[in-house]
Amino acid sequence: MEENQKSRFVVTEENWSLHRKGHQDQQRHLDKINEVLKSNLPDLISEENIILSNGKDMVKIPIRSLDEFKIRYNHDKSKHVGQGEGDSAVGDVVAQGEKKAQPGEGKEAGDQPGQDIYETEVSIEELEEMFFKELELPDLEQKEQSVTTIEDIDFTDIRKKGLIGNIDKKRTLLSAIKRNAMKGKAEVAPILGDDLRFKTWNPVEKPQSKAVVIAMMDTSGSMGKFEKYMARSFFFWMTKFLRTKYETVEIEFIAHHTEAKVVSEENFFNKGESGGTRCSSAYSKALEVIKESYPPTRYNIYPVHFSDGENMTSDNKKCLEHVDELLAISNMFGYAEVNEHRRMSTLMSAYKSIEHPKFNYYILQKNRDVYFALKKFFEKRTEGLR
Amino acid sequence: MRYEICPADILYTFGAYGMPTRFTHWSFGKQFHKMKLQYDIGLSKIYELVINSNPCYAFLLNTNSLIQNKLIIAHVLAHCDFFKNNIYFSKTRKDMVESMAATAERIADYEVRYGKKCVETFLDAVLAIQEHVDPSMMRDIIPAPFIVQQPRRSAYEDLWDLDQRTIPGQQAIEMHKKNPKEQEKDILLFILENSRNLTEWQSDILTMLREEMLYFWPQLETKIMNEGWASYWHQTILRQMDLTPSETIEFAKLNASVLQPSKTSINPYYLGVKMYEDIEKRYDVLAKEATSRGEEAMTGREKIFEAREIENDTSFIRNYLTDDLIKQEDLYVFQKQEDQYKVSDKQTDAVRNQLIGQRVNGGFPYIVVDDGDYMRNGELYLIHRYEDTELDLPYLEHVLPHIHQLWGRIVHIETILENKPLVFSYDGHKVFRRSK
Repeated sequence: MEENQKSRFVVTEENWSLHRKGHQDQQRHLDKINEVLKSNLPDLISEENIILSNGKDMVKIPIRSLDEFKIRYNHDKSKHVGQGEGDSAVGDVVAQGEKKAQPGEGKEAGDQPGQDIYETEVSIEELEEMFFKELELPDLEQKEQSVTTIEDIDFTDIRKKGLIGNIDKKRTLLSAIKRNAMKGKAEVAPILGDDLRFKTWNPVEKPQSKAVVIAMMDTSGSMGKFEKYMARSFFFWMTKFLRTKYETVEIEFIAHHTEAKVVSEENFFNKGESGGTRCSSAYSKALEVIKESYPPTRYNIYPVHFSDGENMTSDNKKCLEHVDELLAISNMFGYAEVNEHRRMSTLMSAYKSIEHPKFNYYILQKNRDVYFALKKFFEKRTEGLR
Repeated sequence: MRYEICPADILYTFGAYGMPTRFTHWSFGKQFHKMKLQYDIGLSKIYELVINSNPCYAFLLNTNSLIQNKLIIAHVLAHCDFFKNNIYFSKTRKDMVESMAATAERIADYEVRYGKKCVETFLDAVLAIQEHVDPSMMRDIIPAPFIVQQPRRSAYEDLWDLDQRTIPGQQAIEMHKKNPKEQEKDILLFILENSRNLTEWQSDILTMLREEMLYFWPQLETKIMNEGWASYWHQTILRQMDLTPSETIEFAKLNASVLQPSKTSINPYYLGVKMYEDIEKRYDVLAKEATSRGEEAMTGREKIFEAREIENDTSFIRNYLTDDLIKQEDLYVFQKQEDQYKVSDKQTDAVRNQLIGQRVNGGFPYIVVDDGDYMRNGELYLIHRYEDTELDLPYLEHVLPHIHQLWGRIVHIETILENKPLVFSYDGHKVFRRSK
């Protein structure tokens, strides 16, 4: 009987530290979210609310495939049972209905088929990280002894004099203990001025390749709302990408119609002009800028031109000449054309004959093409492949 | 009873998977993440997890205090008693911990052989309809290999069997008859037996997942009873124990947090306890009257033991949730009216029926296979047995492709929307809807 009693229960405490299943599957779920985000990147990056968000906010991103779908009842149309405190009456409000999708974990909204959306919140930073991982400045070369350095400071030295803010407490205490110990006292106090130790820095200089991106945008009258939006979102992501990844990349903005001007970044993005188009004006401006301040011996040069392709036919020849000149001194020349209907534009008909490894073009038809254009120009290339 | 003390993330893993040894799938990871997050920010806490097996396993959180563990052990012992004695659990497999471990191993093996992605897509499809099994079959049909052959009484006995042999012509007619003959509730089983689209490993996974659902099913059907029973006993036992004042307060705090009623849902722990207490009280009064008349009658205590043995949630509510109790507990029916959820009915019948309706079929819509050769084209025709609650249509439209994946041909489902019958079909590309 007693033995029987004893074997009635067992208490154990195993070592569970190797049991990682929950964490692994959690990771799989997060990976799936990232997969969905990634496959939606082309749509996501041309979302207006991202481009207008100034890069600070979180954005809500719909994920359509991560709910666990079941055959279930329509919650909003069914009745439920609840429990009051003893004084409930018909008509009492029990809870507020959901207005729309809530922030956070995600919620499905809408009872229209195909409109249910599982939303997740992603910081723009995360999106950038995902996106920019795929991009780089192609064929970046080490140019001749450049003045460019990343100034960095390294705290490598300890000195007896220094700024009080940089005091090294540990070493100060140690030297005080040592000094006191030499006098036979096992104490910290007193700490004298002589015990103080300060961390001191040395400036570090690292040479880095210099690069300049020349952003040229057509602002002529033929550039409609859509064309402008595409150009803007392209340059928005391009500048963001360059500034995130490269500390020493300079960007020059040139806006042109029949004449070209170097403009500030702000003006570049908010410019509304009209008139005809002479693309060669932008190119000659670019050449001029390069000549003035970006010698090709010291700079990697990347001209990128955005247009709708409506150029004066008489100007085409000049354009080709300039492009050739630019190609000779650039690492890559990018031409992006916003062309909703894929008609053969005047400029494109001239450019399609260019066969130069550094010449890249992309024709954008839809919002999502912004992504592909960026990828085409700044795609990360595996070494040795080109 | 076997107690295992484990840290929070392990307990939450088991909570998300339903079983420590279950196979891996991202949806469990998602659940785990959600539960663990709520624990980390202090919104909810699981103290224990009990597994219906032989012996019963109970997992206890390693941060539980002594008095918390006293309550929890009383609680899990009652769960264990429920698993062992409630009729609906009588056919559940008691070796499921090992069985699920074997399932997990086989699925992992398939992942290696056929690719993770491939197996995952299939699991997604099965999990989408995993609740659509027929638990009642478990009670009637013993799997064929287990039927014991009666020893023959004479050498010629097999001749008698010839009488029961089907006539060849009759079989041919049978072929054109509808399959299934009667509407089939067990969609998983029907697909398993009739789908032309499943490979061997897929059938294997489908079989194993169906087994797991049949094992979990009684727990879905006895939520109020089971939690109520466990809470009734932890209360009763702890109240009889010799506790210090500080222990009493800690016990009362934990007990109150477990039994907290909610305005927008039914707390099964609370409603269960109240019902058992009510039964006990009422039957004690009846027993007293009976003994005063010199008759024999069940005491209240005996009566609740009877209820825990033979009822499930629907019958428990039907038989024991009295009008008085509904009024005393201020239960009501509420529903969405414009932007707000409002109390819509306080009639005791309405409340009781609504509560039962919510518990029918474990709370899942009742779907049956009507035809496995619809249009004579091998299409699958399902019917939702509509009972005043409409389906979530976007969800339905997402489930159809999953069923299509398993069936391999066009899948239809008939339901009712705004009192009109409606059929949804999926042909592998698009969901169509038409009125019937």
